[in-house]
Amino acid sequence: MSSSSIMDRLAILADAAKYDASCASSGTARRNSLGGKGIGSTEGMGICHAYAPDGRCISLLKILLTNHCIFDCHYCVNRKSSNTRRARFTPQEVADLTISFYRRNYIEGLFLSSGIVKSSNHTMEQMVECARILREEHEFRGYIHLKTIPEADAELVHRAGLFADRVSINVELPTDRGLARLAPDKDARQIEGAMNRTSTDIAAARDSRRRFRHAPRFAPAGQSTQMIVGADRASDADIVHRASGLYTQFGLRRVYYSAFSPIPDASAVLPLKRPPLVREHRLYQSDWLIRFYGFRAAEVAEATDDKGNLPLDIDPKLAWALKFRETFPLDVNRAPRELLYRVPGLGVTAVDRIVAARRHRTLRLEDVARLTVSLAKVRPFICTADWRPTRLTDRADLRSLLAPRAEQLELFAA
Amino acid sequence: MMPTPAAARARYAVALPRPDDFAFWRDRARLLIQCAIPPEDVSWIEPGAPGDLFAAQALPPAPPAPVREVRASRRFLQLAGNAALHSDPARFALLYRLLWRMQEHDRLLEDKADSDVRQLAELDKAVRRDSHKMHAFVRFRRIAPREAGERERYVAWFEPDHHIVRANAGFFQRRFAGMAWSILTPRGSLHWDGETLVEGPPAQRGDAPSGDAMEDLWRTYYASIFNPARLKTRAMTSEMPRKYWKNLPEASIIPDLVAGAQAREAQMIASGGPAFEGRPRSLDAIGAAIEGCRACPIGCQDGRAVRGEGPGAARLMIVGEQPGDCEERAGRPFVGPAGQLLDRHMASAGLSRERAYLTNAVKHFKHTLRGKRRIHQTPGAKEIDTCRWWLEAERDVVKPRLVLALGASAARAILGRTVSIVRARGAPIDLDDGSELWITAHPSYLLRLDGAAAREQAALFDRDLSAVRRRLGEIAA
Repeated sequence: MSSSSIMDRLAILADAAKYDASCASSGTARRNSLGGKGIGSTEGMGICHAYAPDGRCISLLKILLTNHCIFDCHYCVNRKSSNTRRARFTPQEVADLTISFYRRNYIEGLFLSSGIVKSSNHTMEQMVECARILREEHEFRGYIHLKTIPEADAELVHRAGLFADRVSINVELPTDRGLARLAPDKDARQIEGAMNRTSTDIAAARDSRRRFRHAPRFAPAGQSTQMIVGADRASDADIVHRASGLYTQFGLRRVYYSAFSPIPDASAVLPLKRPPLVREHRLYQSDWLIRFYGFRAAEVAEATDDKGNLPLDIDPKLAWALKFRETFPLDVNRAPRELLYRVPGLGVTAVDRIVAARRHRTLRLEDVARLTVSLAKVRPFICTADWRPTRLTDRADLRSLLAPRAEQLELFAA
Repeated sequence: MMPTPAAARARYAVALPRPDDFAFWRDRARLLIQCAIPPEDVSWIEPGAPGDLFAAQALPPAPPAPVREVRASRRFLQLAGNAALHSDPARFALLYRLLWRMQEHDRLLEDKADSDVRQLAELDKAVRRDSHKMHAFVRFRRIAPREAGERERYVAWFEPDHHIVRANAGFFQRRFAGMAWSILTPRGSLHWDGETLVEGPPAQRGDAPSGDAMEDLWRTYYASIFNPARLKTRAMTSEMPRKYWKNLPEASIIPDLVAGAQAREAQMIASGGPAFEGRPRSLDAIGAAIEGCRACPIGCQDGRAVRGEGPGAARLMIVGEQPGDCEERAGRPFVGPAGQLLDRHMASAGLSRERAYLTNAVKHFKHTLRGKRRIHQTPGAKEIDTCRWWLEAERDVVKPRLVLALGASAARAILGRTVSIVRARGAPIDLDDGSELWITAHPSYLLRLDGAAAREQAALFDRDLSAVRRRLGEIAA
């Protein structure tokens, strides 16, 4: 047991947690602390209390309970054979730290994960105990995200859902083969089994709340998962298919992609090169296409190259549009909403505005300019009352006209 | 009362009791519409703002019969209630113009391409963003109870852009119900004791505590959760603009984190890639390279680098400390107050600025923000030593016969050690490349003095410059 200061241990255990991409604190039930003794509220929208110089938002206190681990997953910095510094917190210490930070308005709540110590059940128990102290002893009504351990007892995972707003289980790798090779102690069926039980629990709790007002809530912000990108040979098409399967099968709120980062003391089984950061970004964009723009996974896959990877220089929607040019140009004054979603450069908000505005006037190019972010990007794909892209959609060099200028992205991203 | 004919149209002025009093605006706007007073005849005056209150005609006490129904959609009231909190003095006029037009055209708001509607949306968006940033960036500091039985209190200082403080009281009340807290701002303050909310007058930063023991732990967390392998400072500053930094405890370590990450990257590239390339060989190449230099925390701030100026084969090189606010804006060295003073002394000593090469020991402007002002900070020894690489590259290209260092920072940049100006001035120091170094005070030092001390130092400065001119003459001869 380490006896070093809270500050040293916080540094180690926050550092170990930064490879988890999720920091969302939104989409949970509305709660507040009025009339109670404690503090905390959730009002639908999450709040980013700070941003780190890596551009990521800091919304939750994201730490591990411990980074000791009996597993040996090759992509993980905390694996048994890694030679990293170890530390552990007690559940009470994490709960107190969360409350101290929350009182000063640094955070929205806690995202607790852990390496596996002693056994999966022991670890899960400790994490649930931390959430219990927060909810019952501190009367904390802010956000709690617990990472659950698929190997732990179903009963313990269920208790986690009763205290937490969101629970998550990482599928870790997009293919079963990759999982077997890189995470020898994990089992894809076990992970899916746990996800399935959680999604059933969420559905059951939602159903009983419809009938009984005081039925206990169960993970009101749903469940999410994370995949490591670039550690195995899975292509973007594989990943998009897998993600889309997870969304439909388990009703996940989010699938997070984490570009495999070169971790100190890397294992020899891993590729030496890290994937370009922009690949992760393209995957998130395709994730958005599926969730908000009505694309099917197969359609996103159509935008990939012969190896099944999305182009890195342009976004997947533009790639799709360039491949299916016969769909364009679309008349913004008449095209249905679902088709407007497919125009590169038109987001959901812009489409909403166009649909609302065209009830009142016939849109001209200048109107579209006012309703969108970048007219240059949209123009080759639309018609307005005063504009038709006469030759643009047939031009062979359209891609080079629309792709952003090559930047030296990778020089310093390595 | 009927509106008078256009030629002698009366103007009506409405003075708002508070800048965020939407309910008051709503009452008056209803009455004005019922009296059929068009938007161009009404001026809305905020408290403290100048207005033609006395020149204007009083509002009619009641609408004429039959009382007209005033129509406004729920969506409009929602947007307007928010936009009314904006600090734009024209906001109430805009809202009234929209309400007026809406009486004829009840679906006006749906026309997102209309310029008034767009402006409303922009005001609303700015206020929502400001409120959101308030929810995010208020930082409480704990005040321990002074005597037994007293509660601990949490106090925050925040500077909003708009009149949003009262409107956001509910958020903090719901969130921190079980805690005694105060939020102090220049636009008013809020105090909650766990049961009731009290509004207070505007406060000052000094009224809030200056620190909290937890902040070290928070900074530790902030530094540890940051992934140095992926630096995206622009993404950070777009969501957490610099104007908020001075009230965020974690922001103080950002420059160090950025510099550390870049040093790490540079190290990775240097160790993996080809050998580190040599110094740039022309003044233009140096000028371009310093722009991208992130080797120290100053370079990682937003400002631009200031390159040296003067003939490429000047016999005299003058080295200052670092660009100041004016220099950084102009992109030229020695153009601010200290530079102008230097010009005057050089002219009286008979030295030509045009024939000298002027540069600085440190190429970026090191400063802290105080409100909107950028306050000069002296560069540290480590930063000067880092930037020495560039100064040496410049000396290598220009090959001056004589280098004049203004102040201790410049002297350190050339000698690599700190010297005392008082002891080193007035005599040349031989440098390795055959040139000689003269050291004198920095002109900004003269600017800070007054009275007898100023005259004494100015005389010493003149003496040093004259010595330099004589020495240049000897070298040339």
